[in-house]
Amino acid sequence: MSRALSLQGFLDRAPIARFLGMKCDIKGDEMTAILPFQDKFIGNFAVGALHGGCMGMFLEMTAMAQVFLSTELERPPKTIDLTIDYLRTGKATDLYARATIQKMGRRIASVRAEAWQSNRDKPVSALQAHFLVAQDPRTP
Amino acid sequence: MSAPEIGSDKILQLMREHAEQIMTAVPWARALGFEMISIDKGRALAKVGWREDLVGDPESQVIHGGVITSLLDNLCGVAVSAALKTPQSTATLDIRIDYMRPAEKGRDIIAEAECYHVTRTVAFVRAWAYHENRDKVIATAAGSFALNDISRWASGNIAVESARQQGEE
Repeated sequence: MSRALSLQGFLDRAPIARFLGMKCDIKGDEMTAILPFQDKFIGNFAVGALHGGCMGMFLEMTAMAQVFLSTELERPPKTIDLTIDYLRTGKATDLYARATIQKMGRRIASVRAEAWQSNRDKPVSALQAHFLVAQDPRTP
Repeated sequence: MSAPEIGSDKILQLMREHAEQIMTAVPWARALGFEMISIDKGRALAKVGWREDLVGDPESQVIHGGVITSLLDNLCGVAVSAALKTPQSTATLDIRIDYMRPAEKGRDIIAEAECYHVTRTVAFVRAWAYHENRDKVIATAAGSFALNDISRWASGNIAVESARQQGEE
């Protein structure tokens, strides 16, 4: 089975991916994650802005999906740490994200992901994260 | 024009009065089932229960890290509001989360946030997530929050908005 198919299979089975309603557009080893807007994503009701945690979850899942796509892992990679920068207000509309693997080590992958809405050159939020990619170790 | 100073005791009192709504008024916090436990000056405690639809890995049945990220981010914002002397709106600038160990299936996750420094423009916060106590943490967080003029940017925090109205009266 191709990595794209096994990623799709995982997203179909993972409850949180369904909870988010996240979709992945995969072309070879390139992937764009799509988060169709839902009312429950709002964090600041007074200005109708997306919750930072919702964008963070979407970015983390995008980064994990990209790692999954680029490795032979059977399970999703474990997050070691992540930093999320909030650059602009997330509006009440669809969100897109792409992740780049900056370094794929033997045990640890370093990944950057950016989320945008109407203009890819104006990211709404960005994530920098480390994931454990070694097979089946208990702890980092 | 920025909101007048009404004092941290008054803001804290309003936050305690509205403790439950501070979470339930936020759609994302309500969707994930966050519950406020307590609020003190610059400090806040909340929890999230294990739920099947929040599981990140169907095999381990562990809650997805994004739920913890959301709880810590949200709670850090509450801790910042609980440290303010003036009603201001808060926005996360950045937050870093370190994952020490996975959360366990079926158990509540408790989060604790502490705003330890506030300047005119930024507040600094650290936070912890655990099942029982800080001796065995699931994750730690460090965040910085921008403080904005509430007359130009509504806060979305019910207690802070209420403090703002009282300051204007």
